[in-house]
Amino acid sequence: MTATTVHIGCGAGFAGDRWDAAVPVVASLARRSGPRYLMYETLAERTLALAQQARIENPASGYSPYLERILRPVLKSAREAGIRIVSNFGAANPLGGARKILEMAREDGIAGLRVAVVDGDDLSAVMTEADIRGHGTVEGIGMPEGRLIAANVYLGARPIADALALGADVIVVGRCADPALALGPLLHEFGWSLDDLDRVAAGTMAGHLLECGAQVTGGYFADPGYKEVPDFGHVGFPIAEIGADGDVVITKADHTGGLVSHRTVKEQLLYEMHDPASYLTPDVTLDVTGVAVEEVGPDRVRITGARGRQRPPTLKATVSFEGGWLGEGEITYAGPNARRRAELAIEVLRTRVRDLGTNWPLRFDMIGTVATFDGDGGDLRASRPWPDDGEYRVRMATQGGDKRTAQYIADEVLSLYCSGPAGGAGVRHRIAPLVTTASILVDRDRVQASARLVEEDAS
Amino acid sequence: MKGTDRIVRVPLHEVAHGRTGDKGNRVNISVIPYHDEAWPLLLEQLTVERVKTWFAAKGAGTVARYDLPNLPAMNFVIDDVLQGGVNGALNLDGHGKSLAFHLLSIPVEVPARLALHPEKTVT
Repeated sequence: MTATTVHIGCGAGFAGDRWDAAVPVVASLARRSGPRYLMYETLAERTLALAQQARIENPASGYSPYLERILRPVLKSAREAGIRIVSNFGAANPLGGARKILEMAREDGIAGLRVAVVDGDDLSAVMTEADIRGHGTVEGIGMPEGRLIAANVYLGARPIADALALGADVIVVGRCADPALALGPLLHEFGWSLDDLDRVAAGTMAGHLLECGAQVTGGYFADPGYKEVPDFGHVGFPIAEIGADGDVVITKADHTGGLVSHRTVKEQLLYEMHDPASYLTPDVTLDVTGVAVEEVGPDRVRITGARGRQRPPTLKATVSFEGGWLGEGEITYAGPNARRRAELAIEVLRTRVRDLGTNWPLRFDMIGTVATFDGDGGDLRASRPWPDDGEYRVRMATQGGDKRTAQYIADEVLSLYCSGPAGGAGVRHRIAPLVTTASILVDRDRVQASARLVEEDAS
Repeated sequence: MKGTDRIVRVPLHEVAHGRTGDKGNRVNISVIPYHDEAWPLLLEQLTVERVKTWFAAKGAGTVARYDLPNLPAMNFVIDDVLQGGVNGALNLDGHGKSLAFHLLSIPVEVPARLALHPEKTVT
């Protein structure tokens, strides 16, 4: 019998999300009936490149380093309640992630857990570096220099539905479009065709609303005196109820803080959306310009009017390259005449870095004036006066090709302790390797996605 | 003129809320009025030229505005404003996550009843 409503909760909106967020979501789903799913989105643009580098160091790693932290708290309870889990934990090594989950199941006494992986997102398996570099980039960043680390295409929902058809309890994907983590279960449960454009659009919109976790339930929203969020420290993660006809209601885990309102839904609907008439995914071109939202109960919002058009002819891929080194350092000046001492520190740093003989770009911030909104040139800070007395934190940042120069520049902030203006305090400085990413469009016939169950003892 | 019809000049933050998202070297910023009645006024005042000027220090390139009358809301897409994108920028906020609040500080003129705190006037 085909289901009438599918319930999909979200357990993480990014890799560093709350370790225990999924616990109330699973408890809430366990009290419901019908098909129930928990999705985890843990793979930002550069995360996969970091995972690829980790895998080079240790071939068993390369899946999400947060997998155990955020999955173990609910792996057993989800299994007992029949809640299936769809994730992009796989990153650069879906098979490694699947093995880790099977190991956790064994340790926690969960018998017979079926784990599937989706393969096919890794372009380096089917394309040469020259071929990858030969593609033009989109989204405003040109093809970077540097060594290619990873190239992964965003897969759609079909292979996830295929993995569910194999009977998987937990699905581990590498790179896929975030909304596909929700659309896959809907294709599987309702038997929707990908040509059923408006339903696929509705499922994609539901996935888009879920994919950032608390961002639809009060997270990234709270603004005291303007947008109040109750019991914000215990903000609950979202659950979507999707009907066979594409009806979508967003609600959240029971007995949690946060809220679902027409405002939280509107903010998340437009999050990371460019042309709202053409939100491109592997499965459909989503048009939300006709969408209406309606509060239909406490923490319950119905969203209607998503429309679908033909999916784009190509698939988007993220390519990542080694991007040299970031060097940065910060130091605080406080009390009388702090601003002028901070300005003197900037002058000294400029002199010292120039004397090093490098032409690396430098950015100076004076935190306490206007830093975050300012450009690299400091035009906003220069456009108005700032009080002499107070508390200012000078920040210098630079980037370039070699690690040693990055360290030498960053160390100039540290040496301000003894050689800089009076009262410099609280230095933090560091260097960090950079990964640069760009997006390319790849022909669909270059990509072969497939799902398979992973046997516990397979090698 | 009734007190609530008096025109006040307030930060956009008093009239609307919004959120930044990023992709590559590009951000989008949604603007969602607290009162639907404010939407046509914001359409008049939040032109792409004015928004581009507002983000000039960040090196804003092309600015596009998409209107969503059903919500109602509008969505700005601003190119180049991340000065390199999250992995290449030297600034503190490589994602541009804070930039919605920069747009929310732009002054707008609305009847006092459409502002949450109409006394927070700006010059």
